[in-house]
Amino acid sequence: MKKNYQTVAYYPGCALEGTGHAYNASTRAVGKALGLALDEVRDWNCCGAMEVKNIDPKVQTYLSSRVMAIAANEMKAKVVMAPCNGCYHNLKKAEHDLAHDVVSRETVERISKKAGHETYRAGSLETIHALDWIKHGVGEEELKRRLKGSLKGLRVANYYGCMYTRPRHIFPEKDQGGQSESTSQPHFMDDLLAAAGAVNVDFPLKTACCGGAHTLSDSDTSTRLVLNLLRAAEAAGAEVIATECPTCHSGLELHQVRAEKVLGEKTTVKMLYFTQLLGVALGVSPRRLSIHENVSDGIALLKEKSIA
Amino acid sequence: MRETLLRKAEEILEEWVRARGEQPRDERVETFRLLALHRQGARGTPSFNACRETCREIAYHYNVLGFEQEESARRHREQMLAMLVEHLRLFVQGKMEVEGLGEFCCASRPVRQGSAEEEMTDA
Repeated sequence: MKKNYQTVAYYPGCALEGTGHAYNASTRAVGKALGLALDEVRDWNCCGAMEVKNIDPKVQTYLSSRVMAIAANEMKAKVVMAPCNGCYHNLKKAEHDLAHDVVSRETVERISKKAGHETYRAGSLETIHALDWIKHGVGEEELKRRLKGSLKGLRVANYYGCMYTRPRHIFPEKDQGGQSESTSQPHFMDDLLAAAGAVNVDFPLKTACCGGAHTLSDSDTSTRLVLNLLRAAEAAGAEVIATECPTCHSGLELHQVRAEKVLGEKTTVKMLYFTQLLGVALGVSPRRLSIHENVSDGIALLKEKSIA
Repeated sequence: MRETLLRKAEEILEEWVRARGEQPRDERVETFRLLALHRQGARGTPSFNACRETCREIAYHYNVLGFEQEESARRHREQMLAMLVEHLRLFVQGKMEVEGLGEFCCASRPVRQGSAEEEMTDA
């Protein structure tokens, strides 16, 4: 286990204070149940999301670097954890840019000076996802030891989305064999949920595009892509799609509703954050995990399976 | 069935390559023309890599189907293969309608452009 994952700087990002509130609540609750500590990054800002990156990637690099500057320079943290795929991706991208691109370094230096804070230096901080945090901060054996319940019999399709593994070159720690994550066949969520008793189904679209970034500008494409993901999960035998990103999660939930309304195509698979599922198995109440905030009502299913 | 579905997947990528003003090549990557077509279609368009794993899953399911003996397992595998091909179709159709699909999310295009330029300079 990695000792420096026991207490990490926590960067929830904007989505976890809005549509992904349940992910924030369940991440904090699971951390507490597992004895892991979170120290929220002070005065954090938006990572630049997809919008800023599209218009001016250097400004996105700066925005993400400011978050890392606060964590590394002011909080003296060694590790920052971002549960949102978008934030995680952007911090990784900024790290890559600052390590490899002189113009990015100069831009960040200039804006940081203007903003009146110390510049972030590449290599000062390790950015991890919530999956890394639990997988390497606790591990499956310790997780099993702390279980108060089980996800036994719950058939789960694990959906990682795209930004957790792409583009590959900004995740140099992945694809290293052994205990490292895979970019083509990610498995950390599968491993953790299996340790909690879930049955992971063979889901071949675990990193497939859901049209997420175009959910407002081209809703029909997104709805059709999501509908196919939901159908494939059901065909694979899943009762639940486990998510690890607020954008993926709300995209799947809302397009499930839209597919029924606009296309007349009903699917019944439920969406739950992996932290909500782990939390239930760790004996945390569904209320504290904010399962009631999900659009897709998973509580009835969990009760029916005697899991919650 | 697996041959038909693999051919459909190739046709989808052929359409994408033609829409870019190129001729689909008759090359193979790891014995699959599908993977070679994907590589051709993604050249200069990193966001097209958003369907790379889907193509690889199609190749994987095609291979496994060649060994699947049990009838119900075979039918299930064919169903999953069909859904993978459908996902590829939806993604490519989406890209043809809105070229930017995937452009500024997982493709992180500006980063990739930088890397590509560096590689070209090194070469």
